[in-house]
Amino acid sequence: MARDMSDKEILKMELEQLKKEVNTPRTPVSANCADTITFVEGMLPNDPLIKGVPDDKNPYKGDKGGCIIT
Amino acid sequence: MIYPPHVEYFLKIVFSETILRMCPHLLLWPCENPFRCRSLPAQRKIYMRSPPIPEMATQEVQLNETLAHLKTESETLKSKLEEERAKLHDVELHQVAEKVEGLGQFVMKTRRTLKGHGNKVLCMDWCKDKRRIVSSSQDGKVIVWDAFTTNKEHAVTMPCTWVMACAYAPSGCAVACGGLDNKCSVYPLSLDKNENLAAKKKSVAMHTNYLSACSFTNSDMQILTSSGDGTCALWDVESGQLLQSFHGHAADVLCLDLAPSETGNTFVSGGCDKKANVWDMRSGQCIQSFETHESDINSVRYYPSGDAFASGSDDATCRLYDLRADREVAIYSKESIIFGVSSVDFSLSGRLLFGGYNDYTINVWDVLKGTRVSILFGHENRVSTLRVSPDGTAFCTGSWDHTLRIWA
Repeated sequence: MARDMSDKEILKMELEQLKKEVNTPRTPVSANCADTITFVEGMLPNDPLIKGVPDDKNPYKGDKGGCIIT
Repeated sequence: MIYPPHVEYFLKIVFSETILRMCPHLLLWPCENPFRCRSLPAQRKIYMRSPPIPEMATQEVQLNETLAHLKTESETLKSKLEEERAKLHDVELHQVAEKVEGLGQFVMKTRRTLKGHGNKVLCMDWCKDKRRIVSSSQDGKVIVWDAFTTNKEHAVTMPCTWVMACAYAPSGCAVACGGLDNKCSVYPLSLDKNENLAAKKKSVAMHTNYLSACSFTNSDMQILTSSGDGTCALWDVESGQLLQSFHGHAADVLCLDLAPSETGNTFVSGGCDKKANVWDMRSGQCIQSFETHESDINSVRYYPSGDAFASGSDDATCRLYDLRADREVAIYSKESIIFGVSSVDFSLSGRLLFGGYNDYTINVWDVLKGTRVSILFGHENRVSTLRVSPDGTAFCTGSWDHTLRIWA
């Protein structure tokens, strides 16, 4: 597909895409960053990789478990 | 890829990995900065595109004029787009994040090592039960592991080598994989150990070039694939029918990621044309496009909130793009890191960004502050794939050293 297209066709494709994109609605970075930070702060206490998990609840910290042979 | 695969292999064996990463000009004539040569893309483009068919002299002049005309129009639009985006660029993410508490020291170690693949591990995926993992490798084997016990539950041999993509179905009852066979095949997993999984294989996707990534959508019924032929496609698993195809990349598409389910029907893809595109799955249209990387984008991953995504590239940087602001808001890089990023993923809260690099390490970045929190060693060859488990308790990495490691 992209490999079979000539340079001209690819440029045309990019041009059409750019025309669409110039008009997309955008919001300022400060507002979005503030949102992102609030999101992270909210989820932070529940993040096991940051807060850690008590050893007895963490399936990876103990021994491998092994197989039971009957 | 800068050179054809056989040339790259030869150069790597005779010289070294470092030579491959350097500017091809170095091998031909002197170059100012071999590691960051801007003319690199031009070299690659020559290899990727097939040579133009010779035309009559007058036609060629006309063609060049139209090409030049298109190029200038394209350049004007690009600068206009940059202007619009710059207007809203009032502050940097790390500036807003200055008041945020810093993270403490991290102790993340390898908790499990999954050995069993006979060759480079190329891709892996977690099951929604947070315990099972499917991984695929260069030797054509696809293995399903239990991460807690390191037992292998299923193994399938694909008819092709270089199985570059694998994915677990949301129900946990099937896996999809594909690679150099240009197809994506779905294998239903059965509990019966004696059953031959290969016999139940179902070919779903058909591309004209290698399959680079695949992912189930919210159900077992649809698969999204990306391919070296420059397109992404949405398929129905039952019938194998093509539901939607996505054209827009100018070169191989290397990776894709679906938006977290609450935020709607979009996905992001990254390719060798240095672009990351966000697509609408229903209409097949590209909604947004980002081109700030300096080399192939190897991995893209949505932020847990769905309003941003990160990308990792051969230019040794990871970048965070905000979808509402329509621009790049952070770059995660260091002077000392010169090897490309093969895969990225976020921790559950989105505070940490894990990147698997071609220099055998994993770098952990603080997403908000833009600083590196930790560097993890353990693999003996490049890290090719990295995924955080669905509940965020651990992450798994696959490497060219034939093993997978679980870190927690």
